[in-house]
Amino acid sequence: MFASASPSVNDPDRGFCRDCLTTQRESSRRCEVCGSPRLVGHPELYRLSLAHIDCDAFYAAVEKRDNPGLKDKPVIIGGGKRGVVSTACYIARIHGVRSAMPMFKALEACPQATVIKPDMEKYVRVGREVRAMMNELTPLVEPLSIDEAFLDLAGTEKLHGMPPALVLGRFALRVEKEIGITVSVGLSYCKFLAKVASDFRKPRGFAVIGEAEALDFLAGQPVTLIWGVGKAFAATLEKDGIRSIGQLQLMERGDLMKRYGTMGDRLYHLSRGHDERRVKADRETKSVSAETTFDTDLASLADLVPILRGLSERVSARLKKAGIAGRTVVLKLKSQDFHIRTRNRRLGDPTRLADRIFQTGLDLLKKEADGTRYRLIGIGVTDLTDLEKADPPDLVDVLARKRAMAEGAIDLLRDRFGKTAVETGYTFGKYRPRRNDPETEQ
Amino acid sequence: MRVVLERSNLLKSLGHVHRVVERRNTIPILSNVLLSAEGDSLQLKATDLDLEVTEAAPATVEQKGATTVPAYLLYDIVRKLPDGAEVMLRTDEDGNAMSVISGRSSFRLQCLPQSDFPELSAGTFPHTFRLDSKALKGLIEKTQFAISTEETRYYLNGIYLHTIETDGELKLRAVATDGHRLARAEIEAPAGSEGMPGIIIPRKTVSELQKLVDEPDVTATVELSDTKIRFTIGSVVLTSKLIDGTFPDYQRVIPTGNDKKLVIDRQSFAAAVDRVSTISSERGRAVKLSIADGQLTLTVNNPDSGSATEELPAEYGSDPLDIGFNARYLLDIAAQLSGDAAEFMLADAGSPTVIHDSADEHALYVLMPMRV
Repeated sequence: MFASASPSVNDPDRGFCRDCLTTQRESSRRCEVCGSPRLVGHPELYRLSLAHIDCDAFYAAVEKRDNPGLKDKPVIIGGGKRGVVSTACYIARIHGVRSAMPMFKALEACPQATVIKPDMEKYVRVGREVRAMMNELTPLVEPLSIDEAFLDLAGTEKLHGMPPALVLGRFALRVEKEIGITVSVGLSYCKFLAKVASDFRKPRGFAVIGEAEALDFLAGQPVTLIWGVGKAFAATLEKDGIRSIGQLQLMERGDLMKRYGTMGDRLYHLSRGHDERRVKADRETKSVSAETTFDTDLASLADLVPILRGLSERVSARLKKAGIAGRTVVLKLKSQDFHIRTRNRRLGDPTRLADRIFQTGLDLLKKEADGTRYRLIGIGVTDLTDLEKADPPDLVDVLARKRAMAEGAIDLLRDRFGKTAVETGYTFGKYRPRRNDPETEQ
Repeated sequence: MRVVLERSNLLKSLGHVHRVVERRNTIPILSNVLLSAEGDSLQLKATDLDLEVTEAAPATVEQKGATTVPAYLLYDIVRKLPDGAEVMLRTDEDGNAMSVISGRSSFRLQCLPQSDFPELSAGTFPHTFRLDSKALKGLIEKTQFAISTEETRYYLNGIYLHTIETDGELKLRAVATDGHRLARAEIEAPAGSEGMPGIIIPRKTVSELQKLVDEPDVTATVELSDTKIRFTIGSVVLTSKLIDGTFPDYQRVIPTGNDKKLVIDRQSFAAAVDRVSTISSERGRAVKLSIADGQLTLTVNNPDSGSATEELPAEYGSDPLDIGFNARYLLDIAAQLSGDAAEFMLADAGSPTVIHDSADEHALYVLMPMRV
């Protein structure tokens, strides 16, 4: 949908070659050294420093990397019997498969596709490798999700001995070579346009939007390009006759705010390419949680409890790894009709123990197991603290210390012999190792 | 109903009664106070279904009757009337509204029928005994601070009141704990308390009760059953459900073998704990007590802001010991001690410490150490 963009966006103008990183002496269609056509050039190329990096069809790319036989085949990553498409590779996309499409529809569109169940642990691992490489470029890395992040490279030119644009070009090559997946880079002067740009030449893209052309470029784009304008809001705007960002550029701020409230303010600024948000590194973690959607809806405690136990252990493992604890336990349930229930309980002290998270969650779950059929259960903790006050010895509950010690022993055994080396009766026999899942088998 | 009474009498009684009413209620009648005029008094009653307070205020009853009106609204109206005013409360003939008339002010309040008002005080109370307000106040104040607020262990959300025989004497004992600290206070068991079941009085009841026993030289009549308790103090009657649960065996957690004795001046100790804990980023951080021959050193370390140290003279003759406590808990206990000296009985850095009040041998506190 961005194909009709202004031509200035990628004009080669003393740009560089994205394959050999040679700075070009004059405009041409191919690299003067290696002959590659993958040149990037822009009048502001060496002045811009705010980037958005997004991995291309991330889950599918990881699976293709690990199974080269799939390289030229359509691959869909999606879960379970009732699942939806979480990622479709670019070949599958040619057939019309899209993210969030119900699986049966995707298979109607592309029956020859290979469907792979998502292996989140693997993706998280690969995502972290990419993140680690980003962190080598600048301390200002703001992850948006497992596979995309904003990077502010301002002031790093001396450090790297080259301008941000080249650093990013080198980064993209390095990810391809060392990790085996591809990324798309968007380079601009603000977050909004950096993100727009990264989407622009996917996959393996490198797009630049400079300050000078921002207004012209945006004028021709649909309003849905603006962050926060989804289907519903776009429909509202459409009703008012507004489809393109260009129309917004002609409207007054007061008028927009009167009509659309705070969103109007955003429309005013973003439509003009004004975006003052800064790249913030290490966004504070506010909660730690884990959830799962079932293959078939579940209602009974007997079915739900083992799952809750397993999830509690996952939350606990993450807390222990991060050296934090949480004081409020949150249970989340999604019923058959997609109604979400969350129930909280504040503990006397912060905890990081699977046992306490589970027991508290169980207490909350018992009240909700009223025959309602659920499709999802999740458990987590919020009110995060450090460990100083976590799980203190208790005067009354003399067994608490023993349970905590038992859990410590279980953790040690699992570290050495794998997650299934020792289990509680809650999960024993109910654990099914996932296919191709070395992480869980260790 | 038509009744005339002094504003100050009405305000005092409403003041006691209206606090029971929860600010947000899903059942409309629970937002209301029940007013019934009979004889020479106006009786006021409010409840949250767990706790009920009734109080009689002297009044001239011109026409007897009863109704219910929003408690907070009535309280706010009466509070704003001028001091010394007379107030008339009068219901309409159809009973749907009540007028509050004083001087040139008049208000009309929507009523709900008194027949909808829930009754909590019914039932029999097989055990009855009397306590003077000072004794009751002592039991409450010495233990109230240790009541847990944790929902999971609901049976710790109150004061455990029971009788126990020690040294051949029967005692009435109050215990509260939140798992970090425990407070125990006792008095000689009053006549009639023998044979009473061990009961857990909920936190809200305790805090309402505490406000009622502020007046000295009043006798409180306590009546109780397995599920309810009723206090009659002057013209106020407070009836409460009890927490339906089993209080843990607290005796087991009170150490008896702690042999390291530390005696310090209570006031200077409390002031010093307060001073050094200033450096910690939040209340409730650990204070390290380094105890050596004749001296106590308090230390707080906050990696973000710095550290604080204070030394105090102390009576101590055992091996040196470092132990950490939650600063707030130390202050809470220090505030309860009535004597000049605080006496700590310690074992080691990981075991519970017992604290005695030099002026009250019947009070005892247990405090769990923190890792430092």
